[in-house]
Order: sequence, then structure tokens, then C-alpha cells
Amino acid sequence: MNDFIPGRPAPEPPQSPRLSPSPLERRLAGLRGDAPQRSLDARALAALAANPGCGRRAVLDAAGVDKTDLATRLGNPAPFGQSPFAISRGLGFERRVKADGCTVLLDLLREQLRLPEDSAPVVFAELVDDPGLPAGRVASARVALAAAAARPGVWTVLDQPLLRLEVAGSTAHLEPDLVVVRPDGRWTVVEIKSFPILDGGADAVKVGAAARQAAVYVLALRETAAALAGVEPVRDPYREPEGLAGAPDSTALLVCPKDFGNQPTAAAVDVRKPMAVTRRQLDRLTRVEQLLDVLPTGTGFGRDRSDGQLAAAVGALQAVYSPDCLSACELGFHCRAEARCAGSVETLGRGVRGELGSFHTVEQALAAAAAAVTAPGGTHADTAGGTPSDTLADTPDDGDAESALRLARAAALRAEALQTAALQAAAPVGGAG
Amino acid sequence: MSLLSTLARMEAVRDGRAVPLATVRHRHLADRPMVLVPLAAAGEAGAPLAVMLGQDRESPVLLTVPQPLDRDRRFALLADLAAELLPWLEGFGTEVDLLTREVKDPATGEKTEQVRELCTNAPQLLVPGPAAVEFLGLLGRSTRFRRSAETALDEGVDPGPYPVPARVPLLGRWLTHLRDRAQVPGSSLLLAMTDLLGRHWATGQSRLEDQHLGALLAWIDPPAGRTGAEAALLAETARDGHGQLLCPPAGPTTDPRFDSGLLAPAITRYDAARKLDDAVAAQAREAEIAALLEAVLRPTWDRLWQGLDLLRALPAAAHLPERWEGDRWSYTSHRDRIAAGEPPQPVRDDAVTAARKLAQREREQTRLDIQEALDDPLAMAEHRLAGEALAGRVVAVEAAYDETGRSPKPRPLVTVRTSDRPHGDPGRELYRAGGPTAQKAELVSADPAAGLVTVRLLNGMGRRKEPEPGSVPEPGEQVCFTLFELTARQSAPLPEPEDTPWTHGGPPVTRTATAQPDLPTAPADEEGA
Repeated sequence: MNDFIPGRPAPEPPQSPRLSPSPLERRLAGLRGDAPQRSLDARALAALAANPGCGRRAVLDAAGVDKTDLATRLGNPAPFGQSPFAISRGLGFERRVKADGCTVLLDLLREQLRLPEDSAPVVFAELVDDPGLPAGRVASARVALAAAAARPGVWTVLDQPLLRLEVAGSTAHLEPDLVVVRPDGRWTVVEIKSFPILDGGADAVKVGAAARQAAVYVLALRETAAALAGVEPVRDPYREPEGLAGAPDSTALLVCPKDFGNQPTAAAVDVRKPMAVTRRQLDRLTRVEQLLDVLPTGTGFGRDRSDGQLAAAVGALQAVYSPDCLSACELGFHCRAEARCAGSVETLGRGVRGELGSFHTVEQALAAAAAAVTAPGGTHADTAGGTPSDTLADTPDDGDAESALRLARAAALRAEALQTAALQAAAPVGGAG
Repeated sequence: MSLLSTLARMEAVRDGRAVPLATVRHRHLADRPMVLVPLAAAGEAGAPLAVMLGQDRESPVLLTVPQPLDRDRRFALLADLAAELLPWLEGFGTEVDLLTREVKDPATGEKTEQVRELCTNAPQLLVPGPAAVEFLGLLGRSTRFRRSAETALDEGVDPGPYPVPARVPLLGRWLTHLRDRAQVPGSSLLLAMTDLLGRHWATGQSRLEDQHLGALLAWIDPPAGRTGAEAALLAETARDGHGQLLCPPAGPTTDPRFDSGLLAPAITRYDAARKLDDAVAAQAREAEIAALLEAVLRPTWDRLWQGLDLLRALPAAAHLPERWEGDRWSYTSHRDRIAAGEPPQPVRDDAVTAARKLAQREREQTRLDIQEALDDPLAMAEHRLAGEALAGRVVAVEAAYDETGRSPKPRPLVTVRTSDRPHGDPGRELYRAGGPTAQKAELVSADPAAGLVTVRLLNGMGRRKEPEPGSVPEPGEQVCFTLFELTARQSAPLPEPEDTPWTHGGPPVTRTATAQPDLPTAPADEEGA
């Protein structure tokens, strides 16, 4: 893996938790208007990293706009929701894992990370848990981590600490299920999920999503650890820095129900690869300031705006739609409607653009196919005359010509096959050959 | 996705409705398939909530669980499902064809005649989508190792704290087998409707969106006055006055808003009636839950039959009976394994079985690709576009002979007018598709500018100096040659599982020796947790 770019300038020095908003934060708050803020969480970050080119999502997430609400206002409500049964089962399982002072959990941790038996005391860190005070929560988690680092030989459990990560110029607040500081001084991220580990294996898609989420937490922990140690954070996930800065373990613990029951089981997940991928993709995100600069003045997503103003504001942000968005982004249906309106080929699948070369719309591509088919000389495959290449060989743009040629060829073959089938259907007696 | 299917999708966008992706039907359809729509309880692994099934579109059987956390009720549903499915599944085992083949004794070299049974027909189960196939596999996994009180008594072992109804483990073995077979390309014992429709039609949306049965059908068969895109959007998003989807998801997961808005309150009422020991009220509440579940199952049920109608309108491909015979063999061998009292399929296959299954799936994939290409000009077009085949009209046939042997052999040169550009150098071996006999040829020359390709026929023309009549194409005839072989190759033989070498873990250990009953599912005291 060569995801680490050595020549890259180091990011801004780690900031101490601020209590007053920065100019950018004020600007983003202005965009949000009077609507309540939605904080950028690990799930959103993972989704954003999966589609790093989407400026629309980047700005809306950075500004903390409630996309669910926005989608409803735009007339394309998001189809997401979680069943109350799934929620209650998830909560019940989480309670079970954390029960009895996390005894089961620590046993799983020792077993999976191959730690020796110990009788070290377990300390539960006292954290600020007022959801209205994110800065206070971040600060208390930091204090708790620093305190844990100062007392080795003890288990310290941080239940839902709030971490902070700078992403493309805006702040994300992340809340891992648990962070455990081990007696040997290492920090392990624990993710509790309610999908089962069946016969030692689990749904690859869900495990992947959990690993990406855990990777974001480890990245945030590394920045915190580096800040506590007073050094620059190391950007290469495959290199573990010395001392306190290297405390966050790049192996996370995934805790799930075992088989069809409710008994917790766990698996150690090496998240270095998703860390590298996420790091690189987050670095690639266009900085939010630049995205904001192209917005017309007066743009806003507040509740006081009319539906028309909202639609115009959303339209001013460039989206990168692919059908995967439908299951990952609240605005998926809106962006799809927009893409369909524009006739863009991305609506047909993610790989389609690559196949069609320079053609961006369905209309263009079909016109190119038809033009080559009807052009003199470039006719159906089995009639006399040259191939479609003859008619297009002189076209100046090579890329276009080649895509058009391939399309025309496909169109001719498709037409011929359908015609053959129609003839066979009309005269069913005809044998093979 | 290939360029041809992308093109078809674009045409579907232009036309506002799906366009054909196949000119024939590439999967066997039984005269009376068993249609089955399962629903799963959200959050629980492999917990059934309801099943609608039957062979008659007018009168489906509905099985429901009023409280999905109640494991007794869950197993009662599975017992009912076993009562519905097992007689049907086992019924195909009685009527057999007797096939004889000669077997050579490897030790003595003596030839003996062996008679084998092949069931005349096999069951076909039809579900809405791949998720339902996986769910049936999960049900199979969760039930096939369980013991019923009866079998435990027979085996002289303790049935454990949670014995299951008698026939449930057997159902689990059948479901496991069906799901396993569904992994084999081209097999038709257990079919998913979205896969079937997606193979035969291209919609103006992505493959991801095609997973929604309602939207897929909306593109293929849009209601009058609407385009496919409009109808599909309605199927995906339209809700009634109570916020419920007009086209409920085809399962196994239910719409979260159905769960929160209708199902959860109904279950709460049921639980309350049970707590009061009010049997009459509990029954009434149970009937309410069943009605709610029927209302979300019925639209999917109807869509499955609509899909069947659409598929039946397509002419059957020529190779279907051949592939269906493979399914009949699969069914017969599973019937035999159960009759022989073999243990249930293990959680993990041993090395040899796993290698065999993989080899089989690869071979079947190759065979499927070849047969689809031979049956369907649209499938062959994919190969022609890729330069793996050429088709066109014969313009000239020139007699030529191979004079190297004692007597001259016919090696005629056939020139074909085609715009296809086979990716091969002169001398490349070709195979004639759709000819009277299996015939090989070699590429002699290709002239893309003139649109001419010349090939030399190499065999299949009889033993005489002059080719047998009809074995060489005439000028004006339509011919097709492929660069790929038209039969799938057999893979190298594998040892018997008992002879697994130590490098691959050695012979498998039977599960019965190490079997641990599964941990009980959520006990009753966890209810509502």
C-alpha cells in the first residue's frame, strides 16, 4: 500500500478544543439557518469517503443540514428508517455487552487480542454526556484519555466518548461505542453491532461498513493521542509512532451476537487498510471553503426558505450521482430525479460512464449509435458495404469516434439479433443453421 | 455490464419501458412451481415472521407468527411450513426413469451394467429475490442440526432444552439443498424472480434498482398511460394516507414504517391480551396481525405471478431440457442421501466437497454461457461484439483438399460476408455453431475493409473424398463460428472425501461426533428487550 504521500504538507497543527466558533463554522451555521445542527458522524464520513467527489453532500454535511428534512422539502423524501424491532434488539444487545461492568466484553477483548490473563482493576471514565455540549464532551474524553495514559496497569473504559476530526475544513464529531484503554497502555476501539457472526463469518458488506466506521474512530484517536503527546500525527496507518502518540491500536474489536442467539462474540478487525483508504479519500475531499465560494450569496438551507429557494440552493451545489447513493444518501432520490431529467448515463450504473467514453447523456449516445447505423456504408452487419468504421474514420475526435464506433457496432448487432429472432418466431419450422 | 446491455438500457430509457435482453426464455419453468414469499422479523437473525406460499395463484396459504420473539411460535410456523412443503418436495421422488450405463471395474477391468434412478421431474421453488434465497438458506442453517424429541429418543440422546417439531430438521436439510443448488449457474430448482426478469429484460434504471421487484415489473409492464420510470418511482415511493407503501418491499425485510406504524402496535396489543390470559382476545389480536401481514404479502405474491406470466410468454430455449436434467439429478441425489440416513449437510464443506462444488459451478457457468449463446442470437451478439465469434452469410465455397495422407481429405474454404472481427490470427481454431454436426474450422484470412472472412473446414464431412451432402454450408447460407469451444471441459478428477490428503486437512470428521446443539435463540425473558 502506497497511500501515504510523503511530500504532502502536514495539516494544521492539532488544535486545542475551542469553545467559540471559527469564521468557517459561522459561515456554515449561516447556511443552515435556524434549523438544528446535524453533526457529521462516522457513518456520514464513511458514506462521504465512498463518494469523495460529491460537493453537494460535502457542503450539506459540513453545514450540519438535516438532509432527511431537506429531502422531504424537496419532494423526494429519503426512504430510510429503522424498524423499532431492530432498534430495540440492538439496544438490548448493547446493554448485554456492557452489563456487569463489561466483564464479558473485557474477556472477549483478552481472548481476541491474545492478551494475558490479568487482574487489573477496571475504571469507568466519567464523561460529560450532555448532548448540547459537544465541546465539553470532546474535552472530557480527552481528559479521560490523558488520565488513563497517566495510570498504567489499569483497564479504563470510555463509554461513548466524543472525538473530533477535521475533515475538509469542517469538524466532524465522532462517537465510538466504547474505547478501552488497556493495562499495557494501548487504546482499542470497540464497535458493537447487532448483525450476527454465523459460524465464524458475517455479512461482508456489514463487516466492511463497521470496519470503515472503526477506521474513522482510530484516525480520530490518533490525532487526539498525537495532540496529547505534543507531536505531529503520523499519517501513514501502517506506521505506528512511538510513545503515547502510538497508543491507538489499529486493530478494532467488533462485538456481535453469536449465531442465532444473543450471546456476544467478537472478532478482531485490522482496520489499517480502511484507515489508509479513508485517510486518502478524506484528503481528496475538496475543501469546503472552495465549494462555498461558488455558492451565490444569500444561499441558505434554513427552514425559512421557500421550497423553490431550497431547490435552487441544492441545485447550485454540484452532485456526483451514482445509483449506490440511493442506499447511502438521504438526497439519493432527489439527485436521481435530477440526473434522469438531464438524461445522464450515470443513472444506469456506476461503470456505464467508462463504457460510453465521452458520451454523457443517453440521448447523445443513442444518437451516435443511430447516426453510424443509418449512415451510408455503415449498415447492418450482413448486407453489402463497408463497416461503420469507414464512415467515422475521418471524425476528428478519436475518443468520440471510437466510442461511437463501438456503440454503432453494438446497435447493429442488437438490431440484427432481434430481427433474426423475429424471423424465427414468424417461421418456427426453420431449423438451426 | 456489457456494452450491449448498456445500449439496451439506454433504449429502455428512450422508449419509457423495458426492452428485451433475450429472445428466448433461458430458464426452465415448471408447469406448477411452488411460489413462496417469506418475511423475516427485523433485527433477529433467521427469524421468520410470515410466509405466503402455494401453487395456485388464487388461494395462497398464509403462515404467520404473532410474536417473533416467541421461539415456540417460530418453530410452530416452521412446522407448518414443513407440513406444506415436505409432501410436495418428497412427492417428486416416487416417479423415476431407469437409466443403465456400463461401468468398468477399475480393478478387474470387467464391464458391468449399472441401473440408476433419475427422478422424472423435480420441484421448482420461486421466490421474489436473491435476499429470499439467502433467507431460506439461513432457515436451513438454523434448523437442520436441531433435534426433535422423537429423533432424540431414537438416537438415545438428550433432546436438549428446546426440542423442535418432528419434521423441521428435515425441512432445514431440503432448504439447505435448494439454496446450495441455487448457487449453480443455470440451475432452476430455486429461482429468484428479480434475477429471472433481469436476465430477460433491460430496464431504464440500474441493476441495483432492478432488485426492487415492483419497480422492475413497472418497467417491464408499465400500466397504461405511464412510462416505466414514472411507474417505477410510484412503486418505490408511493404511500397511502397512513404513510404505508402502496407497493410493500418484496421481503424478506419489511418496511420500517410498517413495523413501527402497524406491526409493533399490533404485537403490543397481542402481548397485552396474552398477559391477561384472555384467549379469545389473544386469538382476535393474532388474526389482526395475520391480516396485516397478508396485506403486505399479497401484492408481492401477485407480482410473482405477473412475472411468471411475462416469462411464460417467451419461447423456451432449446437447451432447457438438458439443463433441467442436471436439476433432476441434483434432486435425485439429495433424495438418496436422505433415504440413506446421511447426516445433515455440514456447516463447512470438507476440502474435497468444496473443491467439487467450485469446479461444478465453474463448469456450469461455462456451459450456461455456451448454451445461451447457441440458443439466443442476442447472447451470441455479445460474443460477436467481443470478437469471440463471427456470423454472416456464405458468399463462396471453394473445394480444397488435404493431400498429405494416403487419400485426399476434403478441407473446403468457406468465405463469409460479415462485419465481425474475430480476435484471432490465421490458423486459429474455430467451432461451427448451429451446424448439422460438431465441426471444427480454422481461420484462414480476415479482410475487415471488405467485410470478408475465410475459414477452412477441418472435419465432420464424412470419410470420403467428397464431403457428405449438407455437411458444408452452401453459398447464401447463414453461418456462425465461435472462437470458444462449444462444450465445457471436465475438470481434473478429485479424490473421495475419505481420501483427502493431509495437506488439505485430512479426511473430514463427521459432525455428529463433535455436534454441539446451537445456543438457544432469545429466551422468553428477553422479550421486548
